[in-house]
Amino acid sequence: MPDRRSLLAGLGAVAAGFSLTDCSTRAGVGANGEEARLNLYNWDTYTGRSTLTDFRAKTGIAVKMSLFGNNDELFARLRAGNPGFDVIVPSNEFVTRLRQSNMLMPIDHAKVPNFANLAAAFRDAPFDPGRRYSIPYTWLVLGLGYRKSKIDGVPDSWKWVFDSDRYAGRIGVFSEADDLIRLGAKYLGHSVRDVPPPVVRQVVAMLIRQKPFIKVFHHDEGQDLLAAGDIDLVVEYNGDIAQVMADDPDLDFVVPREGTLINSDCLCIPAGAPRPDNAHRFINFVLDAHVGAGISQTIRYPTPNAAALALMPAEYRDNRAIFPPANRMARSEYGDFEGMRHAQLVDEAVTEIMAA
Amino acid sequence: MTEDWKQSRPLFAVLSASPMLWLLVFFLAPLAIVWGYSFGENTSLTEIAVNGRLTNYARALKPLYLAILGKSVWFAGLTTLICLIVGFPVAVAITFATPRTKAWLLLLIMLPFWTNLLIRTYALMAVLRSEGYINAALAFGWNGIGQLVGARAFVPLDLLHNNFAVVFGLVYVQFPFMVLPLYAALDRLDRSLIEASLDLGAGHLATFARIVVPLSLPGIVSGVIVTFIPSLGAYLTPDLLGGTNSQMIANIIERQFKSANDWPFGAALSFLLMYLTFAAILIQSLLSRRRGAAA
Repeated sequence: MPDRRSLLAGLGAVAAGFSLTDCSTRAGVGANGEEARLNLYNWDTYTGRSTLTDFRAKTGIAVKMSLFGNNDELFARLRAGNPGFDVIVPSNEFVTRLRQSNMLMPIDHAKVPNFANLAAAFRDAPFDPGRRYSIPYTWLVLGLGYRKSKIDGVPDSWKWVFDSDRYAGRIGVFSEADDLIRLGAKYLGHSVRDVPPPVVRQVVAMLIRQKPFIKVFHHDEGQDLLAAGDIDLVVEYNGDIAQVMADDPDLDFVVPREGTLINSDCLCIPAGAPRPDNAHRFINFVLDAHVGAGISQTIRYPTPNAAALALMPAEYRDNRAIFPPANRMARSEYGDFEGMRHAQLVDEAVTEIMAA
Repeated sequence: MTEDWKQSRPLFAVLSASPMLWLLVFFLAPLAIVWGYSFGENTSLTEIAVNGRLTNYARALKPLYLAILGKSVWFAGLTTLICLIVGFPVAVAITFATPRTKAWLLLLIMLPFWTNLLIRTYALMAVLRSEGYINAALAFGWNGIGQLVGARAFVPLDLLHNNFAVVFGLVYVQFPFMVLPLYAALDRLDRSLIEASLDLGAGHLATFARIVVPLSLPGIVSGVIVTFIPSLGAYLTPDLLGGTNSQMIANIIERQFKSANDWPFGAALSFLLMYLTFAAILIQSLLSRRRGAAA
């Protein structure tokens, strides 16, 4: 969920629309009998500087990357049938959704020997037992990005964005319906999973109370708003804030003491992928230690790849924005896809907050 | 001569076949599918059963959604009114300009169309934001004079992320759609009527109210319609420029097709908007028919 700058994503979507229908330039056929091409559907700013060209140099396969701005866009695009993508990068909950809708192809682990490079904790996952359909690419947490010179000390509680007028008019909150309700519930002392309807009501009441102090509900461009000085405190993903921190030393990131929501973006092969063998080769390539390190160097999200991590400089490994402290991580949880009824309930709750 | 096609039906059929087919395949058929969805229900993440129930419409008529629809109508109405008030003098000025200036003025009105709406909206954000161009210019002026008189430091104006920004953005985007039909109507106006009115003793205001406005009414009505309808369904502008309570009905519809994954409900909301649009066009045609009967 890097950098969902709607502008770039929009342009990417337009580009994808053109590129996928444009088959006039046929590539040669590779040794595996597949055309030497690969269509990758990815987030913006989510590959290393030379990842795709290196892959082409090594395998002869040309990667055409299209960009999406959020998981919903990815799902909506694939819902009516795969328009020709070979590799996609959904987050964990959408792995569940895509899987439930039979929209993923199983991964042939024999073709992905670099899977062994992953840290043990990421070789299995509750949302995909045995990693049959998804290979972890990054993990990420929501937290608070802030401008040090404008905030008193470290804002290490969700209170400062959800339940306080202290930073009135300088707060940006992530508008993603599900995550908003979950983080509100987390602040109120509940798990991010199975938030019961009465707690949803409580969160709605709290956020309606808080609304006059919130400057903007953003769509994952919080890091830009923070960097531009529009707001001083924002709910955002760690990697997004880490990217702007590199340019502005006055910015910082903290995971609040109540804990947070963890996500994991995964490499998957959508059902109907035209070049599944190329897709496996690409996934295996990305899991290589050096390639993985090159990617982490650019995107500044935490990597699940232990071999790549070992190659990274201390500046990355010890960066508290990228790798939040263990005690905060211990209080954080992954979210689950909890069905359509729940999605509807949550969407209406957020509509209510926005309309109030 | 204008009725020639009626005498040559085969020719008419041949000429109209391809646009009709286009309309049917790419407009009416997809629209019919979405209309069907509005009476449907999700049965899985990707499947919809059309069962003819009105539950989606019942939900769309809840006070929560009606209030958002009401707010959208208010925003669109305000946008249209501002466009009309600002656009009329502009259209008059273009009409009475010399042919050479006229061409340039029309070009200026149409120039923004050459740039994508998304790009223009982002540009507007750069202008309006608290460290944007307007505030920077104001701060420069304020602090310059302030140093002489010892005033307080400049506090940036809140121009972005609020309802003002949404209406401002909508007016900016819709303005040409108001000016061009007005210009078309005013340009056809017989100027001797204005001269006659002035000669016969009516003042400028009376001439404007009793001669210019009634004669350009068709232009006003089409300007209002083509400004109001797109404003009512605006999605990008409230999304990017809006604040915490600026969501319009199109933003809710977008969420149904994406994050809420509830296409039937999104379809019902879309059609609610469509029925409103039909109503607006119906009123226009009734008005023009009455005018036609009166004339």
